[in-house]
Amino acid sequence: MNPQFEHLYEALSKVDGYIYPNEIELSWSILIVLYPFITGLVAGAFILASLERVFNVKALRPTYVIALLTAFAFMLVATMPLIFHLGQPLRAWEIMITPHLTSAMAIFGFVYLWYLMVVLLLEIWFDYRADMVVWSKDAKGLKKWLYKAFSLGINDASPESRKWDDKLGYIVTVIGIPSAFLLHGYVGFIFGSIKANPWWSTVMMPVIFLFSAMVSGIALVMLVFMVLNYVRRQKIDMLCLDTIAKYLFYIIIIDFTLESLDQIHRFYEAEESFEIISLLMSGKLFVTLLIFQILLGMIIPLITLGTLQFFKPKEKIRQAIYFVTGLLVLFGIFFMRWNVVIGGQLFSKSFYGFTSFKLSLIGPEGFLMASIWLVIPFLILAFLLWLFPPWKKTQHEHLPAE
Amino acid sequence: MKNVKENQSRRKFIRNAGMTLGTLLVTSAIPSFNAVLFAANKPKGKGVWYGIAIDIEKCIGCGNCAKSCKIENDVPQEPFFFRNWVEQYTIKHDGSIVVESPNGGIDGFTQSVPDAEIEKSFFVPKMCNHCAKSPCVQVCPVGATFETPDGVVLVDEKYCIGCRYCVQACPYGCRYIHPTKNVVDKCTLCYHRLKKGLMPACMQNCPTQARISGDLNDPESEVSKFVKTKNVYVLKPHLNTGSKLYYNALNQEVR
Ligand code: SF4
Ligand code: SF4
Repeated sequence: MNPQFEHLYEALSKVDGYIYPNEIELSWSILIVLYPFITGLVAGAFILASLERVFNVKALRPTYVIALLTAFAFMLVATMPLIFHLGQPLRAWEIMITPHLTSAMAIFGFVYLWYLMVVLLLEIWFDYRADMVVWSKDAKGLKKWLYKAFSLGINDASPESRKWDDKLGYIVTVIGIPSAFLLHGYVGFIFGSIKANPWWSTVMMPVIFLFSAMVSGIALVMLVFMVLNYVRRQKIDMLCLDTIAKYLFYIIIIDFTLESLDQIHRFYEAEESFEIISLLMSGKLFVTLLIFQILLGMIIPLITLGTLQFFKPKEKIRQAIYFVTGLLVLFGIFFMRWNVVIGGQLFSKSFYGFTSFKLSLIGPEGFLMASIWLVIPFLILAFLLWLFPPWKKTQHEHLPAE
Repeated sequence: MKNVKENQSRRKFIRNAGMTLGTLLVTSAIPSFNAVLFAANKPKGKGVWYGIAIDIEKCIGCGNCAKSCKIENDVPQEPFFFRNWVEQYTIKHDGSIVVESPNGGIDGFTQSVPDAEIEKSFFVPKMCNHCAKSPCVQVCPVGATFETPDGVVLVDEKYCIGCRYCVQACPYGCRYIHPTKNVVDKCTLCYHRLKKGLMPACMQNCPTQARISGDLNDPESEVSKFVKTKNVYVLKPHLNTGSKLYYNALNQEVR
């Protein structure tokens, strides 16, 4: 037997009921789970940064730059899983140069570039330009050259020029918020617009993706913020941490409501696909959906964060709770993506049966490769924090929203 | 009093008409707006426009169609890759349904349900429906999947990037990723044979002529007559894919 097909023969032996013969192999695997997960982190982190900037939530000030750099680090990696899962990765650029306008996927390159170049890069640049000018005077070697290059020769660090940076940065943020919404709402549309698949096809999909993105992005920035303070042996700004957790709590409530609404609607209408979908939820997705995503990723965080809104135990305990909750939330959102992407392919479009999915350890679509794609953004983030340490920036307040 | 009212309603009418006209003007001025209206567009075929007809009452489940397709079109022999296949439906006395398609029906069928339990049993050959508003064409990000002017849905394998979006979008499971070419593959209605005036391989090899294809725009063609004279039905009509594969005597259980 050709070893290339071994896993398919194994899957064939595990088919439950009837599926179309071409459906045995899942077309989209772990890499496509990562894609919405990573872009969600980007959009969510960015929206947290915007809260501080545009809505003037002063308590979040210490996370502003961290959130931007986190968003940027993940954004740089966001396309990689996509490109690597293509059957013909070398043809990826065709999407950019000959996009087919009726396709939701075709727009991705543009949405991505707009967001990366126009929004994230510009905003970070405006925030760091004057600092880089100052730093380039003292720094040595590589750092000096990088600062020089990145400040693009605009070497004015006067308060006057900083004001301009601030003003322009503010405008970018204002453009950035709808862009972040667009970016992730759009990712939801890629799935939500597939009418062939009742598990995906719902108008709620973009909205759900958006709010779950905010949930995961905020949780991630919260964790990065805490770890950074531990590593630098700094006392954590508890007002800031409590405020992040408060927003996290609110957004999880919205997310939870939206997702419940979607499921209730599905069950109440009980269309043709109802039977197979309820079998899917109570069977193949039982652990990843009901336990991982809903119980661990939503209900428990809602309980812990909700309790902390009323009772404030000692700082150390609060920190520990926030930390564990943040991890649980990220875990839950990862499995939310998993349940959408993998779950949507486990049942046959004939609605008569199920195929199975086994994550392999090695190979381009394996567990190890997927983990690498999740580790790289953190390496990039570490590098960015080394090059652009937020704690060395000259302190200045952002202009209040005018 | 009456006059005022009339005036108001006239103004309202003018305003509404103006708004409608404005909307029409703006939308027609933006041709790319069609992108959003894809599935709402009317079928466009004018010249030859291919359609397919399958008579379920004639199908004996021999699997010749599936077998000949693999040979003709270089489809991998493994049981995971099919441009067409045959399903066996068995409806039991208790109303439960058993669907089977071992190796796509290529090796023929055996009945797994004991005779005493069977209410009825029949075969359903499946293949690409060459949809007129096909979701697969709609979603392909580079336009590698396209519809020919004569209504056949094809894939340009030199151009497909293998993103598999179309595989997700086809409601009928008609597409697969070719394991050596790493691009998507599907039924072409044997376009290479059609252009030489030959029948598609599956139809040529069907011993009972259960499947035919031809020009839907020609009222005298066999397909047109089939569609007009029989009780035909397409698969999943609620999805509005504009399927051009018409089945005679299709049971509602078939999906
Ligand atoms: S049956 Fe599937 S592959 Fe064929 S045209 Fe319709 S959507 Fe496309
Ligand atoms: S797999 Fe190929 S034909 Fe299908 S949508 Fe992607 S690029 Fe288009």
